[in-house]
Amino acid sequence: METDQQMEEMDVEVLSSMWPEDVGGTEPDNQFNVEKPAGDSDTLKEVDIAEKRTMADLKRLPDLLNTTDQGSSQLTNLVKQWEYMQDHAVRLLREELKILTKQREEAEAKELKIIEEHNFETEEPENVPVLDESSDLFRRFKEKKRDKLVGRKRIEIDEEFDTVAYWKQKALSLEKMLEASTERERRLIEKLNESLKTMESHSAPVEELTQNLKRAEGFLHFILQNAPIVMGHQDKDLRYLFIYNKFPTLREHVRDKDILGKTDVEIFHGGGVKESEDFKREVLEKGKASKREITFETDLFGSKTFLIYVEPVYNKAREKIGINYMGMEVTDQVRKREKMAKLREDNAVRKAMESELTKTIHITEETMRAKQMLATMSHEIRSPLSGVVGMAEILSTTKLDKEQRQLLNVMISSGDLVLQLINDILDLSKVESGVMKLEATKFRPREVVKHVLQTAAASLKKELTLEGNIADEVPILVIGDVLRIRQILTNLISNAIKFTHQGKVGIKLKVIPEPSFASGLELNTDAEEQNGLTETETSVWIRCDVYDTGIGIPENALPCLFKKYMQASADHARKYGGTGLGLAICKQLVELMGGQLTVTSQVNLGSTFTFILPYKVAASNDHSDDQDEFSDMVDHQPEPDDSTEGYFQFKPLLGSIYSNGGPVIGNNFLPHKAMLPSPVKLMNGFVADPSDNTGQSEAVQVENGGYKDEPRLETHRPETAHQYENGNGRCPSKESESCSSSQASSEMESEFTVSSPREDVQTEAEVKETSKQPKILLVEDNKINIMVAKSMMKQLGYTFDIANNGVEAITAINSSSYDLVLMDVCMPVLDGLKATRLIRSYEESGNWDAAVEAGVDIKVLENKQMSVRSTNRLPIIAMTANTLSESSEECYANGMDSFISKPVTLQKLKECLKQYLH
Amino acid sequence: MNTVVAQLQRQFQDYLVSLYQQGFLDNQFTELRKLQDEGTPDFVAEVVSLFFDDCSKLINSMSRSLERPENVDFKQVDSGVHQLKGSSSSVGARRVKNVCISFKECCDVQNREGCLRCLQQVDYEYKMLKTKLQDLFNLEQQIVQAGGAIPQVNIN
Repeated sequence: METDQQMEEMDVEVLSSMWPEDVGGTEPDNQFNVEKPAGDSDTLKEVDIAEKRTMADLKRLPDLLNTTDQGSSQLTNLVKQWEYMQDHAVRLLREELKILTKQREEAEAKELKIIEEHNFETEEPENVPVLDESSDLFRRFKEKKRDKLVGRKRIEIDEEFDTVAYWKQKALSLEKMLEASTERERRLIEKLNESLKTMESHSAPVEELTQNLKRAEGFLHFILQNAPIVMGHQDKDLRYLFIYNKFPTLREHVRDKDILGKTDVEIFHGGGVKESEDFKREVLEKGKASKREITFETDLFGSKTFLIYVEPVYNKAREKIGINYMGMEVTDQVRKREKMAKLREDNAVRKAMESELTKTIHITEETMRAKQMLATMSHEIRSPLSGVVGMAEILSTTKLDKEQRQLLNVMISSGDLVLQLINDILDLSKVESGVMKLEATKFRPREVVKHVLQTAAASLKKELTLEGNIADEVPILVIGDVLRIRQILTNLISNAIKFTHQGKVGIKLKVIPEPSFASGLELNTDAEEQNGLTETETSVWIRCDVYDTGIGIPENALPCLFKKYMQASADHARKYGGTGLGLAICKQLVELMGGQLTVTSQVNLGSTFTFILPYKVAASNDHSDDQDEFSDMVDHQPEPDDSTEGYFQFKPLLGSIYSNGGPVIGNNFLPHKAMLPSPVKLMNGFVADPSDNTGQSEAVQVENGGYKDEPRLETHRPETAHQYENGNGRCPSKESESCSSSQASSEMESEFTVSSPREDVQTEAEVKETSKQPKILLVEDNKINIMVAKSMMKQLGYTFDIANNGVEAITAINSSSYDLVLMDVCMPVLDGLKATRLIRSYEESGNWDAAVEAGVDIKVLENKQMSVRSTNRLPIIAMTANTLSESSEECYANGMDSFISKPVTLQKLKECLKQYLH
Repeated sequence: MNTVVAQLQRQFQDYLVSLYQQGFLDNQFTELRKLQDEGTPDFVAEVVSLFFDDCSKLINSMSRSLERPENVDFKQVDSGVHQLKGSSSSVGARRVKNVCISFKECCDVQNREGCLRCLQQVDYEYKMLKTKLQDLFNLEQQIVQAGGAIPQVNIN
């Protein structure tokens, strides 16, 4: 019985542990509060406040509990538990009773048996209890109880069976047993009464339930007092029936009664309210609990994000009667999460950008490398090729029969075509790689147009009228990169001539207002900056039309017209030849200068290529400066009004203009205004008038923006010009385009100047001269390097002079003529780059002024001012250590022709000498 | 006698190859050897000895420049290093050249400590190379004296 009692008590224990015992937040003296720091009276207050904070409709809450599923089930649970407890106790007691009854019955039966035994002297049959035979449990109990409480005592009697003494003894012992049994029974009844009493103490379920509820409530308060949580219950119309709210701001503004019975929308205003209302409604309709994050933006509590949990509430008939909702403020978390997401996103974006960038860089590098290689290759091809062409040209000056001359002409024109192609490629790769720098020079647009037309007319093989028309408002003097503009014009004109068989080709210039494409573009100013123009100068936009009456361009071919290596059609390419690079270069050049190149065309009627470019107008006060530059021209110009002349025409003369298929002689064409009254002599594609020698050459010089080799060719070396006269000029024999473009590029790219001056100027005498031992100058300060180089040269069969630094090199060049200079870059006193610049300056100016300025000893140089060699470009090969400061670009930029990287090997030296010494 | 020559020749070959393999020499040295012919049988030795003389002079002058901790004339040191680099590159003294490259870097940032370290290294390297090459030339001479020809050695 004791164990049973304990069991019962333990059950109660288990039940009560559902809530922490004695956590009654409201009682100041309970265990929980004692555990808090002593004297923390605030806590207590808070607890009180926390209770007050609760806004509960106390009348409705029990209602709610009674009517809703959840509420009733909770109560039912509690009741059930209590009932179970009681049932259990009752069952145990009942069992107890049964056992006792049985024992008594047994005892009685035994007594009876004794009597019967005595009477019948037979074995008493086992008395089988009839009660609850079917119950296993009971049987077990029975066994147990019997074992424990009654035992199976055997009555041992010494006397002989069936004697009087025997019976007497047996009766006595039985009596004793009976007494003991009665005594036990009494004790059990006592115990039963006791336990009944204890039962009574447990018999007040309401009290116990209240206790539990109180605990639960206390626990809830304990948990919820500081939780950022709003809980509530709303009815079907989403009117609040109950709300627990932690947020004091809400409480300050709205009282309980203002909330209860109202909907969200009635209470709050602002963002998120509608959404939450909709969400609640959705849950109510679907009947499924759900969670959602909603950001509120209300006047009441500002911007806050809540994670809201809403569940539908059913009554016992499974009808929806409203919702329970719980909201937890997660503003910070959301903010953090969003920040994290943003960071992650940024990271991803950055990574993507990085990889994109690396890709781009990679591609750019590849492209640059490819372009560099193309440029190098072109350069490599050009040098030997120009040798071939040059030699062929020299060959053409010798006595040849008709067939040989024809073959040679084909050879020269093919060679020229390849040269032109290579020049174009070089130009293009320069523009594309951004290497090309624009120069700002003053020039006269009228003259440029005139000269371009003159040049074109000089090599014209068709009966075409070339005309130039320049509007009056076009300034006489503008600033821009005249070389490039000339190149564009020449390209366009030769293109026009190529595709025009009759009629005319012309250039029209006029001033236009700033075009729309330029107004918003920084490119324009960039280009101007590149042009070296300052803002104080006024700028002017000039539109230039190059028109023809040629075959025209079909509309579908227009888009790819400016693409590289493209011509209007394959047929055209076959028929007219050309590289297909000219227009692409023009377009790139125009765009580089901040302009635009467009085309309009009608098939069989002609095409018009138009480019508009910004120029700076040289201010009038600059004019005095110009005087220096143009004084010669003013002095010598036979027709001073030429500079303002706005119309030129070059008409084909009637009669035979071709001399047995050979080159056209320049004086077949006369300008409309009789610009060149006497027979013209051709000079590298320019129509030059001997009588107008100085003026003309000056004009050319101005026009070319400082290109000075050309005039000197004539002034200093008349025999060279004579040579050309003998050969009837090389330019007329080929297309003007090739001539002028190669010329233009050679003017610009001094580092690549291989094509014209050197080969061009080489006379037969010089050819012979080169077959002799060439004179080489090695400029090198390192003894060991000199020794090694000497040995190599010896093996190659050359000798050379040695200069130990730049100054010695200049001295040596001044006093003797060399065919090749091998120049170390880094040297004491005067390094190779500077020395090369000074030598180039000498070649251009014919004096060593620059060298003197740089501090090179003047006396050594003065007496030998006019060297015979001065007009010729001396090939200077750099010997670089291949470091950054000695890069090939640096060498080219300083006027060197090529470079050998150190250490110099026999092979490298051999190749270099082979290339530059003929 | 032939066996002696053959042995010497093999020794010479192995030694030369080892000099390349250990990085003392590079292809430029091969170039130098190519330049040597009947007309100039001692060309390599001459160049190399000139180089070593140069080395010792330059190293002396540089060590003087670097002697005092203050007011180091780095420009002068730099020119010395440049000379040395050019020379070593020309004769194919690879290790010397490599030290010169880092020497020059130290010089560019005016790092005296680094310069001194490099100077020591250069000194060590060139002396090392000197003894190695002396051995090589000795071998050469022995071959010639034994009546053999200097074998062609194909490096790579």
